Amino acid sequence: MANISNTTESASSNLMARALREAFYAGLVALGLFVLFVGLKTDQNILNELILVQRWGLLAIFVAIAAVGRFLSVAFIRPYLEERKAAKAAAPAQEAGFVARNFSMIAVIVLLLYPPVMVYFFGFQGSLKWVDNFGIQILIYVMLAWGLNIVVGLAGLLDLGYVAFYAVGAYSYALLSSYFGLSFWLLLPMAGIFAALWGIVLGFPVLRLKGDYLAIVTLAFGEIIRLVLINWTAVTKGTFGISGIAKASVFGIWSFDVSAANNFAKSFGLPMSSAYYKIFLFYLILALCLITALVTIRLRRMPIGRAWEALREDEIACRSLGINTVTTKLTAFATGAMFGGFAGSFFAVRQGFVSPESFVFLESAIILAIVVLGGMGSLIGIAVAATVMIGGTEMLREMEFLKHIFGPDFTPELYRMLIFGLAMIVVMVWKPRGFVGSREPTAFLRERKSVSGSFTKEGHG
Amino acid sequence: MEYFVQQLVNGLTLGSIYGLIAIGYTMVYGIIGMVNFAHGDIFMLGGFAALIVYLLLLSLFGGVPIALALFIMIIVAMLMTGLWNWVIEKMAYRPLRGSFRLAPLITAIGMSIALSNFIQVTQGPRNKPIPSMVSSVYDVFGISISLKQIIIVVVTAVLLTIFWYIVNHTPLGRAQRATEQDRKMAALLGIDVDKTISITFIMGAALAAVAGTMYLMYYGVIVFTDGFTPGVKAFTAAVLGGIGSLPGAVLGGLMIGLIESLWSAYFTIDYKDVATFSILAIVLIFKPSGILGRPEVEKV
Repeated sequence: MANISNTTESASSNLMARALREAFYAGLVALGLFVLFVGLKTDQNILNELILVQRWGLLAIFVAIAAVGRFLSVAFIRPYLEERKAAKAAAPAQEAGFVARNFSMIAVIVLLLYPPVMVYFFGFQGSLKWVDNFGIQILIYVMLAWGLNIVVGLAGLLDLGYVAFYAVGAYSYALLSSYFGLSFWLLLPMAGIFAALWGIVLGFPVLRLKGDYLAIVTLAFGEIIRLVLINWTAVTKGTFGISGIAKASVFGIWSFDVSAANNFAKSFGLPMSSAYYKIFLFYLILALCLITALVTIRLRRMPIGRAWEALREDEIACRSLGINTVTTKLTAFATGAMFGGFAGSFFAVRQGFVSPESFVFLESAIILAIVVLGGMGSLIGIAVAATVMIGGTEMLREMEFLKHIFGPDFTPELYRMLIFGLAMIVVMVWKPRGFVGSREPTAFLRERKSVSGSFTKEGHG
Repeated sequence: MEYFVQQLVNGLTLGSIYGLIAIGYTMVYGIIGMVNFAHGDIFMLGGFAALIVYLLLLSLFGGVPIALALFIMIIVAMLMTGLWNWVIEKMAYRPLRGSFRLAPLITAIGMSIALSNFIQVTQGPRNKPIPSMVSSVYDVFGISISLKQIIIVVVTAVLLTIFWYIVNHTPLGRAQRATEQDRKMAALLGIDVDKTISITFIMGAALAAVAGTMYLMYYGVIVFTDGFTPGVKAFTAAVLGGIGSLPGAVLGGLMIGLIESLWSAYFTIDYKDVATFSILAIVLIFKPSGILGRPEVEKV
């Protein structure tokens, strides 16, 4: 008995010694990493020359955080996680709860009630921020990610230039509405069709490419479209962008232009506010999202959707069974692009302004990250990932209280993308298969069982 | 004719920088089959390290001979980025090795975003201009060649030779090539695979740091977003040459440099990147695995 307690004691003292040693190394590595970039800051003096400003205190904080973090991780967090993992493996699998079973239903109801609830709590003016910055912003990314999911998640074609189709949609609405005065409801389908055509145009030459070659060419196409938008100033006005894009109307019945006779607020005798338009836009993007989801769910059960997933699983088997891989790939590109186009024209209507700056590679990367973080192919997982990543970074804009802690010079917005990037890494290392790790099969024998995400392939293309 | 040769010289200089970065992409791809999207930002980090070392030397010793300053800048930048890439590989890529293919790609993109914003936060978002370090220009048969260009081409050539020797004639290079061919078999034969992969990352980062120092010296300015465009161009170069192939990376880099400078000279400068990317697409349509890449054989 005494023997056993002795070994556990020495094990824990060993652990402490190891943790201290690792903490020391971590501090040393952090010192090496940050000594130039944090310890010294390049700054311009009055003569516009670069000078160095010393910040050794900040460097010490960085090193201390690294050392303490490493110590805690080795000494406490890791043993705890392993214990929990063992406990979880021992416990029997639980039945999914009510919320988990009806998650999508509940989510849709919550989203339908979201604007009135926000108006109730914050008033019309106060709800603007919550409906526009959070609601609409997140839903745009949900829609884009669901669109890209068709290409990457279902067909297994890695597309790094998805933002190009978003740009095509946005510019086709912006240009056609400002040059020809066409309405949003006419241009929304047209933007989708244009984007789908571009999807085919871009998809055709890359049919033979695979894997990373496909990735770089799609990235290149995304950049080409952006560069053309910047440089073709006669039509696109270059980096100045197109401003004053017409607002959408409620199917032409009520308008949101202040001067129009059929103004929404005037028709109902309500006080003037810009909140009505935002709430209308919220329901519009929600409807577009639901259409995307519905189409994706239905397509998965149709021959074309099955062909996409077969293509992802094994291209050679696919071909030998007589599936036309050319049309399969092209329809995947075109369908994905079409939803990107819809989202783009919605974006143009919402902003009232488009410029090439909104369509940089970073956007493609964010959309792809949402798809992968959510769990490729899982619509709910992707929606959760979009909410966490986009909502989380938007939240940083709201954290005024941090100014009281770190002083008035502290601007949380500055750290937004830094935290976004780090969050991408942390989530991916923590859950490499994404938030939702199981997939619903569409073809099954007698009983539908969910399949672990690690059994689905990610495609070669 | 002179104009053409002049552009050829400019393109060669630019291409050397791209080639140095492209090697990092192609080596990492060859050894673990992953596109290291953060590599462009490692290059930018190297440039910043060189900048800070240069300012430090100036403030500590007043004037330093340029050759010595450049040498110290290159060495410190190489050590710095090597350490960074070693840590990055350990923290962001190693836990996902053997996981599915897109996972490390996403962490690499996240790392790229984090690195450029880290520099923005710690060093400020402004351009960082330095006074011209090397300004001599020689006139050779009516073509003006600056000392900067000579330094870049010579440093690149020397490094590539050293590098080629390491990969082809040392035990380390043999371990790298073995790991590249078959990781499991290499491990069975007693090669420390983790260490080999770490060293590959450090080597790639060191070359990127040299490229970053050269970039800083050539253009005299650096900013935190500078990782993206050269990074994408270098990646394009690696793919164009056939990703995984070392001579291919250099060849691709030189090609991209030449396309860019010749296009800017004879057509419009606005569309030079469009030209680069279009040529990439066209080459890949006819040679789907790059110029020197081996075609993938599918085993069923």
